[in-house]
Amino acid sequence: MTSFWSAWIIILTSAQIILAAWLLFANRKKTSGDVQTTGHSYDGLEEFDNPLPAWWFQMFVLTIIFAIGYLIIYPGMGSWKGVIGWTSVGQYEERVAVADEKYRAMRDRYLALPVEEIAHDPKVRKMGQRIFGNNCATCHGSDAGGAYGFPNLSDNDWLYGGTPEAIKTTLNHGRRAAMPAWQAILGDTGIDETVHYLMSLNGREADASKVAAGEKHFQSYCSACHGANAMGNQMMGAPNLTNGIWLYGGSEQQLTQTLRNGRNGNMPAFGDILSEDKIHILTAWVYGLSHGESAQLAVTQ
Amino acid sequence: MSEVNSALEHPLYNYKVVRQFAIMTVVWGIVGMFVGVWIAAQLAWPALNFDLPWTSFGRLRPLHTNAVIFAFGGCALMGTSLYIVQRTTQTRLLSDGLAAAVFWGWQLVIVLAAVTLPMGYTTTKEYAELEWPIDILIALVWVAYAVLFFGTLMKRKVSHIYVANWFFGAFIITVAVLHLVNSAELPPSLTMMKSYSVYAGTVDAMIQWWYGHNAVGFFLTAGFLGMMYYFVPKQAERPVYSYRLSIVHFWALIAIYIWAGPHHLHYTALPDWAQSLGMVMSLILLAPSWGGMINGIMTLSGAWEKLRHDPILRFLVVSLSFYGMSTFEGPMMSIKTVNALSHYTDWTIGHVHSGALGWVAMISIGAVYHLIPHLYGKNGMYSTPLVNLHFWMSTIGTVLYIASMWVNGIMQGLMWRAYNEDGTLTYTFVESVVASHPGYVVRVLGGAIFLGGMLLMAYNVYMTTRRGVEDSIPAPQTAAAAA
Repeated sequence: MTSFWSAWIIILTSAQIILAAWLLFANRKKTSGDVQTTGHSYDGLEEFDNPLPAWWFQMFVLTIIFAIGYLIIYPGMGSWKGVIGWTSVGQYEERVAVADEKYRAMRDRYLALPVEEIAHDPKVRKMGQRIFGNNCATCHGSDAGGAYGFPNLSDNDWLYGGTPEAIKTTLNHGRRAAMPAWQAILGDTGIDETVHYLMSLNGREADASKVAAGEKHFQSYCSACHGANAMGNQMMGAPNLTNGIWLYGGSEQQLTQTLRNGRNGNMPAFGDILSEDKIHILTAWVYGLSHGESAQLAVTQ
Repeated sequence: MSEVNSALEHPLYNYKVVRQFAIMTVVWGIVGMFVGVWIAAQLAWPALNFDLPWTSFGRLRPLHTNAVIFAFGGCALMGTSLYIVQRTTQTRLLSDGLAAAVFWGWQLVIVLAAVTLPMGYTTTKEYAELEWPIDILIALVWVAYAVLFFGTLMKRKVSHIYVANWFFGAFIITVAVLHLVNSAELPPSLTMMKSYSVYAGTVDAMIQWWYGHNAVGFFLTAGFLGMMYYFVPKQAERPVYSYRLSIVHFWALIAIYIWAGPHHLHYTALPDWAQSLGMVMSLILLAPSWGGMINGIMTLSGAWEKLRHDPILRFLVVSLSFYGMSTFEGPMMSIKTVNALSHYTDWTIGHVHSGALGWVAMISIGAVYHLIPHLYGKNGMYSTPLVNLHFWMSTIGTVLYIASMWVNGIMQGLMWRAYNEDGTLTYTFVESVVASHPGYVVRVLGGAIFLGGMLLMAYNVYMTTRRGVEDSIPAPQTAAAAA
């Protein structure tokens, strides 16, 4: 802050507080004595001229004294930093440092252990659930069961792999999925045929005449990512299309919509948001979901 | 509202515009509070948004706030100020044509708000959501209102200016400044409703809360204190307690309120010095705010027994109690350590409504009950027991509302900051939402009771205006003398 603006703030603030105090003291009249009206009358309304109530006067003075004291101790008067050097950023950093010191060592013990080993630890289940609940549940659901466009994390079906390393990579760096739009290439008929082929892969009722043509389209355009057998490819995050698990819905209309317009999945990166130890615990917690653990705690605390 | 009865024409004053505003106060009160109860019910049972964009919470919430503040509160303020300025200066309004322009212009603003907000047009600035063409209309109507009010004041027939008019004057001038500065915005083209604020980032946030807090300070406080200074001594038939106190608290209130905005931005990107100034000025504001409450309540000394028989006086006095309570709560919540708990919780909503329902609505209701018989030449409301019932419904509704929001707010604040021994948060956000559900249901109940009282009022007002003329009141002495 330049010295001009600092002086501006100090002068305005001081003038305001001094004027308020002057107003208060200038109108002080202690004796109530024989209270008269002011002599004015407006539409029959008159006014007494009682003195300011003493308790009210004192309360006003006290708040002014408090304000002056506060503005000496804390920042407020322009570039004056306050005698104790308090800042809101400083307070935040101090509290984070205290929390880090208090909890970090305990969590670092887990960081040294492999994910598979701690995935069933009751304390990790509890911590992981809380970290998940406050960071991930908004999209993936508080039961980790997913929602439309957000994968289920508890069914052991993985877009990018379910190994501890793959899960941790997903958490740290996020994922960007891009399914292209095929309307311009396949047209209405081509898309309809491909949809019927996909339904046939899942053992659902499909129009046989369309399935054959659909398979041709699939092998020409889709198999590069989803594989010739349509089992998907975790290197690219291309989903398995044969297991009946659909991220954007498996009805004929929803499949048509996906093929026509494409899809864009976006898992944000948490490496900059959560500390390394928390990512490790979260990885173990998510890993545990497909290895016999529940998203809910066994006993409510 | 055509004049069906020429006998209603007052020989000296323009009562027509006051009648129009008084009736629309009741109408917009019902509309605004109905939307409020609806969105409160949406928070308890989300299916009530009917999955339609026009009825979703995000669009109806600004409709509710604009309707109750500017339609209900605005009509009450304009109606009472134009009544009071005439009677306390013993002169007719500057211009009947201008008065009609102010009334119809303001109704047009309200109707445009009621259409554009559900359509999704919004500047996204709280309490200033209306888009730029409506902002221009508001500015024009407000200037007309200012000319009407101050023009009438200038041709007054008494030497001094009554205290109620000081407050109305401060309210009119400051709201004009607030509106012009905060609504400075530019549309991408003149054919588009959408506009963008000329301010950016933290400056935009600070301007917005300088506006937002002083909408509370000057629209919802100073304006309604003006109302209080006329109707409380009038209804109690007692002189105002202290002229000297009114001087001190008026000047202190208007000088200090303007500083308090930063307390809405504690622990944000706003610089620490601005946060500190906002906090200490909010604390100094406690005494000036209470000055109005003391002056109103102490005016009753020597006339307390009237409270037993007069439900209108009860409305006025209880509104002052809620005013005192919420103006104590406000400075307390502006203290940073308290704010760290209360901010972003339902406590804030409870605080707003202890002011909005308890103070603003109840003093307006009391004022309208006082006005209607005077405006329509009757010697009282159609049914005093109904006024009494309305009083109890308003009080119970307000208490249910603010108590449920205190419980919810403090619970949310505590849940959000609770830590486990391993350093993780004890509760997820959604758990605090689940825990808030009973409070949301109680809030719907409280709001519905308050709204029910407004429906009683509409019936009572209708019956009063339709009653025969046999019981018309004698013209008040001062008016008769001046005429």
